[in-house]
Amino acid sequence: MTINTLLVKEGCPQEQMACFRKMEKVIVAMQDPDMGMKMRNQRLLITVIPHAMTGHDIITWLIQKYCISEEEALHLGNLLVKYGYIYPLKEPRSLVLRRDESPYRFQTPYFWTSTQWPATELDYAIYLAKKNIRKQGELMEYEKERYSLLHKRINHTWDFVVMQAREQLRASKQRRKADRIVLECQEQAYWLINRPAVTCQRALGRNRVKSSNCLEGFLKHSEQYQNHDPIMQGCLPSNPWISDDAAHWTMNADVVPVPTRLRVERWSFSFMELLSDTMGRKEFMTYLEKEFSAENLCFWQACEEIRHGENSRISEKVNEIYKNFLAPGAARWVNIDSKTMYKTLEGIKRPHRFVMDDAQMHIYFLMKKDSYPRYLKSDLYKNMLAKAIVPQETKKSVFPFMRRQRHSSPSPAQAATQATEEDGRVKEAGQIAEIVSAQQRIRAVRKTL
Amino acid sequence: MCDQTFVAATFGPCENCSTPSPLINIYIKSEPINYCSLCVEMMACQGLQKGESLVSLKRESESLKKKLEEERKKLCDVELNQVAEKIEVLGALSIKTRRVLKGHGNKVLCMDWCKDKRRLVSSSQDGKLIVWDAFTLNKEHGVSLPCTWIMTCAYAPSGCAVACGGLDNKCSVIPLSMDRNENLAAKKKSVAMHTNYVSGCTFTNSDMQLLTSSGDGTCALWDVESGQLLQSFHGHTADVLSLDLAPSETGNTFVSGGCDMKANVWDMRSGQNIQSFESHESDINCVKYYPSGDAFASASDDATCRFYDLRADREVAVYQKDSIVFGASTVDFSLSGRLLFAGYNDYTINVWDVLKGTRASILFGHENRVSRVRVSPDGTALCSASWDNTLRWATDFVTENK
Repeated sequence: MTINTLLVKEGCPQEQMACFRKMEKVIVAMQDPDMGMKMRNQRLLITVIPHAMTGHDIITWLIQKYCISEEEALHLGNLLVKYGYIYPLKEPRSLVLRRDESPYRFQTPYFWTSTQWPATELDYAIYLAKKNIRKQGELMEYEKERYSLLHKRINHTWDFVVMQAREQLRASKQRRKADRIVLECQEQAYWLINRPAVTCQRALGRNRVKSSNCLEGFLKHSEQYQNHDPIMQGCLPSNPWISDDAAHWTMNADVVPVPTRLRVERWSFSFMELLSDTMGRKEFMTYLEKEFSAENLCFWQACEEIRHGENSRISEKVNEIYKNFLAPGAARWVNIDSKTMYKTLEGIKRPHRFVMDDAQMHIYFLMKKDSYPRYLKSDLYKNMLAKAIVPQETKKSVFPFMRRQRHSSPSPAQAATQATEEDGRVKEAGQIAEIVSAQQRIRAVRKTL
Repeated sequence: MCDQTFVAATFGPCENCSTPSPLINIYIKSEPINYCSLCVEMMACQGLQKGESLVSLKRESESLKKKLEEERKKLCDVELNQVAEKIEVLGALSIKTRRVLKGHGNKVLCMDWCKDKRRLVSSSQDGKLIVWDAFTLNKEHGVSLPCTWIMTCAYAPSGCAVACGGLDNKCSVIPLSMDRNENLAAKKKSVAMHTNYVSGCTFTNSDMQLLTSSGDGTCALWDVESGQLLQSFHGHTADVLSLDLAPSETGNTFVSGGCDMKANVWDMRSGQNIQSFESHESDINCVKYYPSGDAFASASDDATCRFYDLRADREVAVYQKDSIVFGASTVDFSLSGRLLFAGYNDYTINVWDVLKGTRASILFGHENRVSRVRVSPDGTALCSASWDNTLRWATDFVTENK
């Protein structure tokens, strides 16, 4: 399997090709000499265009041939026009099928989308140059933009482009006017559908921040965290790798009765620091419960689980969130602005991994700007800071040659297997209990017999 | 009844390359010629050669690059070492090796720390993956994989699984189990499939998603449970050698560096390349984010490490010395971001002062090139993996005066 979108750009992906083949079958059937459409010469201004048909005829033919309703025929006809197999002669830019006398024509197979003629910039440039030369100022706004962009991008071949445009115009002048108009219409229809996407140079238009501001940021960060960097400042009670004493880790474990001072200080550095520490998050939740806004944090956590969770459980989780947090009258309704709420509710109809992103971002910044600063000023946080321990630096041992025993710690993997083992044991116990009671019942029944 | 007659030719063999394809009618000196579009383009470029076109093309791309540099320079009002003049010079660092892990039979190519701050996983050229408790020096799990050259490994955030990948073009996830009798290799699950070697992998914020970079020039995001490709990232024009996830609030971006000398920043949701930096003179071997997420560092074969600021959108520091000749293969920041540890192919590790741009220390000890350097999650120690089959732990002996 090649993960390469370049292939997709150059040719039509497989699914689309099947559609094109089907559309072509319809078109070919339409042009069948016996059963196909009646075509006549249409008058366009003063010239007579051969082999054209009216919108009304197309729809009638489709209804008859495929036994479908008028609505369906109109829909199918519209698709044929949108993909360029039939093009309108009047108002070429409006790619719609009208059920009236407006004239249409079949596009030549040369220009069919399925021939996968890559609509390159060069061809488009030649087409625009021709148009420009033929009638100065006839280019539309977006065409003018594309023309100048192309002029910049493929400047090295511009002489070739102009030369080709001139030659093609000259050659076409030698044709009959009717043919010429037809050819122009065909080309125009083709390019309306297939104009190549022009990638703009985003890099030049990016927003940049002044260097002095950014660089100050690094200084501040390093200063702030200097005391927390064990390699630079050492750590208390001691660096486990030097003293072989794992006390530092036990004191800073995920859940401890009393956290260390440095840890609590770190919670005040940024909202992200607070949330990424398990204890910090718990403390913040306690604080929010006092303020009756705990549903915000719960909502944020639930959204994180969707973003980083398994693909298979996304819709299930999205439904849970909707029931608990977003539905009108929900138990823990979160306060989101109406625009975001509308967008999210629309997105829930087709749930995907990022459907909650806007709402999650809104709530995150709400907590960050509002609840978080107040938490830092609250008594809850200040008490925690006061209670926090500053570990004593362990004195160097009297016998520096003696190495302390290095204790092992339970592996995180073990915790997971233990949980499953316990579950298994509970289940087993349950089953044994059932068997015992069943046996008792059988004995009881036997006694009666 | 269709208008085939109005166009000179439709399908057929091209008069230049003979492949059957839709032909374009061209007029050269009033002579109609039928070429396929590819030949037309080639001819258009060649026809104007006159010894000038390739040069003029190059000139155009150079002028665009210059314009971009000018735009970037407009906001560059001060340099990092100027701003850093007001902070103190670093005290002398006394970093010594505290542990040496021996157990691999061949070159150690990669290692990663577990979130519990003392366990790690390392992979080597002989196809072995070992999970160690580095504190007690115990080997907790050992997996033998059929493929040699396991170029990358990663520990899952929960600590219950590891991922590894390499020359087998795949990245697999192995759940860790404490059962001694279980054959871990049998429970290996292939998640990522590339068309060339896998050079880097990392779990995103959970065990459920895996981000990989590959020699086929792409990076990809995978769902671990189903093995489905969630997003792919195209833009590098050569092998991608390394990637790192951004520690940001929104958690949506990552940076990758490759053999095309470019470091690209990507948006994980849309797959788009948000920013690109091209100032290295050779392959970028490793990229790592600064702890705040506003910048990243890169190590390259041109013997320099560079520091890029994402908000200012430019390179702000280059860490190089005339005495350092060999390429840098790996970088990592200390917890505060003040120190940058870089491992080189001349068997040393240089410690740089990120802000002042000077070298703070140099560590010796390895007997072959250093393949990976990683600071532990709580910043207490530095682990370095090397082609001399060992892993070393080093930490700073802070002096009494501090």
